[in-house]
Amino acid sequence: MTVYEPPVSIYGPVTDWATDFDHADPAYNRNAHAIWDELRDTCPVAHSDRYGGTWLPVTHETVREIAYDTENFTSRAVVVSTVVPDDPAPIGGAPPITSDPPFHHDARRLLLPPFSPKKIAEWEGEVRILCHQLLDAMEAKIAAGEPIDAALDYAQHIPVNVISRMLGFPLEDDDIFRGFVHDILESINGEPEERIRSFERIDAYLLAQIEDHRANPRDDLTSYLMDVEMYGEKLPDNMVGGVILLLLVAGIDTTWSAIGSSIWHLATHDDDRRRLVADPGLMTTAIEEFLRAYAPVTMARLVAKDHDFHGCPMKKDEWVLLPFPAANLDPAEFSDADKVLIDRQENRHAAFGLGIHRCLGSNLARLELRVAVEEFIARFPEFVLDGTVDDVVWSVGQIRGPRELPVRVIRP
Amino acid sequence: MRIHVDADKCQGHNRCYALAPELFDVDDFGNAVVIGDGTVSPDLVERAKLAVANCPEFAITISE
Repeated sequence: MTVYEPPVSIYGPVTDWATDFDHADPAYNRNAHAIWDELRDTCPVAHSDRYGGTWLPVTHETVREIAYDTENFTSRAVVVSTVVPDDPAPIGGAPPITSDPPFHHDARRLLLPPFSPKKIAEWEGEVRILCHQLLDAMEAKIAAGEPIDAALDYAQHIPVNVISRMLGFPLEDDDIFRGFVHDILESINGEPEERIRSFERIDAYLLAQIEDHRANPRDDLTSYLMDVEMYGEKLPDNMVGGVILLLLVAGIDTTWSAIGSSIWHLATHDDDRRRLVADPGLMTTAIEEFLRAYAPVTMARLVAKDHDFHGCPMKKDEWVLLPFPAANLDPAEFSDADKVLIDRQENRHAAFGLGIHRCLGSNLARLELRVAVEEFIARFPEFVLDGTVDDVVWSVGQIRGPRELPVRVIRP
Repeated sequence: MRIHVDADKCQGHNRCYALAPELFDVDDFGNAVVIGDGTVSPDLVERAKLAVANCPEFAITISE
């Protein structure tokens, strides 16, 4: 099991969050809620010169407006980093997340059916068995007197296992996939040459998997993508690889983060945990509230053309971070926005984005999150952080969640 | 009372289908459709309002 260190930044520590923010500074995700609250009150669209110029809107109104505006903003690159990919619009390097209209619509329609709620519901039994196996292993560690970690021993294994099975990739390569995700989503502020080398490693792996599927076609998403037709033709290998890259990257540490954050909340809020254990009927609203309060995903856009946005002079090819988690905490949109209410009735949270790029895997993410939380609290009704909140290690970059979450199970 | 889904606004979040499966179904692409003509029986009025209150895209409306 690999524990990753934050990359060495070419920029150095942040000096001021309103004018020099950096989502790859470890202090950002650790203190995200406080940073967004302060910016929302003082500077609803912040700017930093890092990464060639980056904007950070933090209100629901501004995040929403950009999410719906596919004219002034392009999705051709969605990971703010020291490297701007040269894949042009409207396709981008990992369609459909990197695609713009009208191509986006047609590419997305190829992928929607296998991720529809009814198709995803068929995976529930397997997710539950996987959770049981992980919990059994944690019980064994407890019995042996070893510490357990809800992120390293539990959350991080669930989505990678499911997406590997869907794609028909070797389950034993899970550490490799987490490495890819780390390279793409966390190693964002290092030397550009190193980032480009990591892209090449990933491309080589994916092309080898595609070749393996060409030699041995099987009933999985990879073979489906290699067989499906768009505009009367099969997809070229590099596009199949791009779509797979999206599914791997977007499907792994996003849900891992949501599961981890939910367990973090339950470890630090005895009242909510006990209430949820006593009344499983609250699970639906609780899960949606965890998604609102701890939404893991900040998306990004590139400015497509020079324009004025709420008084901000946005220049073509500057980055724009789209922090849906910050939008979810905006008191102008949500009552008691800063409180986690596990029975919240009205909850139009934007954890899965807004507009045409709504998270393709949202039904799978919800299933994994709900089953993971249900099984965890069924097995361990009483648990707390092992140590203090400072012993929790948070991710860096656009995906926010605990990467190390030591917990201690309390047995009567 | 009747419910309506604006197909242009719906992005397939599936919140309505999860909260009120008696009133909403989803197509093969995961987008919401109302069941039947969208008429809401009295016992499902609260469910219908809950679906409206949880649609992130404001795609669901109620008419009397």
